[in-house]
Amino acid sequence: MKRRSFVKKATLSSFATLIGTEIIFGSKIMDGYIPLALQDPDPFKMFNKNKEMVVLNDKPWNIEAQAHLLDDEITPNSCMFIRNNGLIPENIDVKNWVLKIDGESVVKEKTYTLAELKSKFKQYTYQLTIECGGNGRSEFNPPAKGNQWTVGAVHCASWTGVRLRDVLEDAGIKSNAVYIGYHAADVHLSHDPKKEPISRGCPMSKALQDETLIAFKMNGEEIPLVHGYPLRLVAGGWPASVSGKWLNRISIRNIIHDGEKMTGDSYKVPCKPIAPGEKIKDEDFCIIESMPVKSLITYPKSGAIINKGKALNIRGHAWAGELEVTKMEFSIDYGSTWKVCKVEKPKNRLAWQHFTASIDFPQTGYYEVWAKATDSNGKAQPMLLPGWNPKGYLNNACHRIAVKVK
Amino acid sequence: MSEELDFYKQVKKVYRQLLLLFSLFVIAGGTLVYYMVNPEFFNFQKVPEVAVVVEELDPDRIENGIHVETGFIDAEGMMTVVRNCTACHSSKLILQNRMNAERWNATIKWMQQTQNLPDLGKNQEIIVNYLATNYPPVDTGRRPMLTNIDWYELEQ
Repeated sequence: MKRRSFVKKATLSSFATLIGTEIIFGSKIMDGYIPLALQDPDPFKMFNKNKEMVVLNDKPWNIEAQAHLLDDEITPNSCMFIRNNGLIPENIDVKNWVLKIDGESVVKEKTYTLAELKSKFKQYTYQLTIECGGNGRSEFNPPAKGNQWTVGAVHCASWTGVRLRDVLEDAGIKSNAVYIGYHAADVHLSHDPKKEPISRGCPMSKALQDETLIAFKMNGEEIPLVHGYPLRLVAGGWPASVSGKWLNRISIRNIIHDGEKMTGDSYKVPCKPIAPGEKIKDEDFCIIESMPVKSLITYPKSGAIINKGKALNIRGHAWAGELEVTKMEFSIDYGSTWKVCKVEKPKNRLAWQHFTASIDFPQTGYYEVWAKATDSNGKAQPMLLPGWNPKGYLNNACHRIAVKVK
Repeated sequence: MSEELDFYKQVKKVYRQLLLLFSLFVIAGGTLVYYMVNPEFFNFQKVPEVAVVVEELDPDRIENGIHVETGFIDAEGMMTVVRNCTACHSSKLILQNRMNAERWNATIKWMQQTQNLPDLGKNQEIIVNYLATNYPPVDTGRRPMLTNIDWYELEQ
């Protein structure tokens, strides 16, 4: 027997032992190719993520950024959080990919290929802030169930696509339409083909906004697979779960969409404030719509040691769901006094806004720099946790970094 | 005489040429035969050989009181949790969470109602007992302190 082919056959048989099954056509596998099942599932390589991203869950994939990784004005793919509810679809056939518009309130059901969407409708590009409804969940007490996001489940990328409104109007919207619900190609964790991992949506008013896109590009390139290739709904300022990935169907509903994770207590908070740990009925929950005002100090990274007499220049981003941030402040004395930061206008509606400030410290010692944004309705971020809710949503408490002056 | 010598020289020349031709033929033929037997010999491109180290690791090994494969605390009921809970979702989802028995039970009920989790029978008590004992809620107040600060000199 030839030496190399013997090595190959021996290698494949050990692969087979490892995987627990024969490798069909094993002898035809290219030299140097490692079967998928044996590939190191390194998420950083697989998704092109920065090594400092934090993996919260690997089945399904949930990965978050740290504050200092979000320093760019437009978030690059490498630092964008991943929140998956199911398994990433495999074998995406772009040529035959279609988007179907249906539902009780569609005038005429229609389907569009990717090429049709791109050629038939005008394309728009917006920078859109997308934050997971559960960003900050890790701080709630009593703790809330689910992925324990800290601060990094937010990003503001540049999205290119067609307006959802243009497509819905092309199919026709009946006057009784109240909601849209999306459907997608991802696979339920149980592999049950009848189950959808997630199928959420938004009221018609949000669906018809200029900035609500059916996107096919992110930061000028095709959307990375993990972020929804080849088609994604993007609804800035609302919980990221409204921005459905791997989009293949949108239903125009005559009721509030009742898809997976639209019912029960998913992405809902108590309609009336409740005590920490209190239990309420499903009907006393309200669906989260616009996200609350929030900000992040993205420079410097927490833990900076500086010399006395040197000013510290900080910077970061602030956003306010459907609204705009009108004031940005910082405090180095736990909120006793606040000083104003310089904050830019958003690039477009629903884009996060950049702020800067220069801080002088009175003496050496341990400090925390706290940042507080105020929205156009006069609501500011709380320094403590906002109202407790069973699922741990909407924590918009002030972000802070530790600084030592020596 | 010179004619004879001439003839002799010519024969010798033809003989040499034939010998050369024959040698070339033998070398070429030999090479071809060798190639048929061992085709990789003439492949001058270096093909990286995939070295596969098959580590004989026990998937259930425990190091420093932690089940290496899943990260679970080694305690009574752990393997029941591994077998029943990590088929559908990652152990990381459990490790992030802190709940009392009532809420771990409610979580199981939710998975049965919505996520195709079958009835766990007697195992449910073992699982909940393990989780509530090893992953109970911790009171963190209204706002936790900053912890695990990674101090560094900021270049200014």
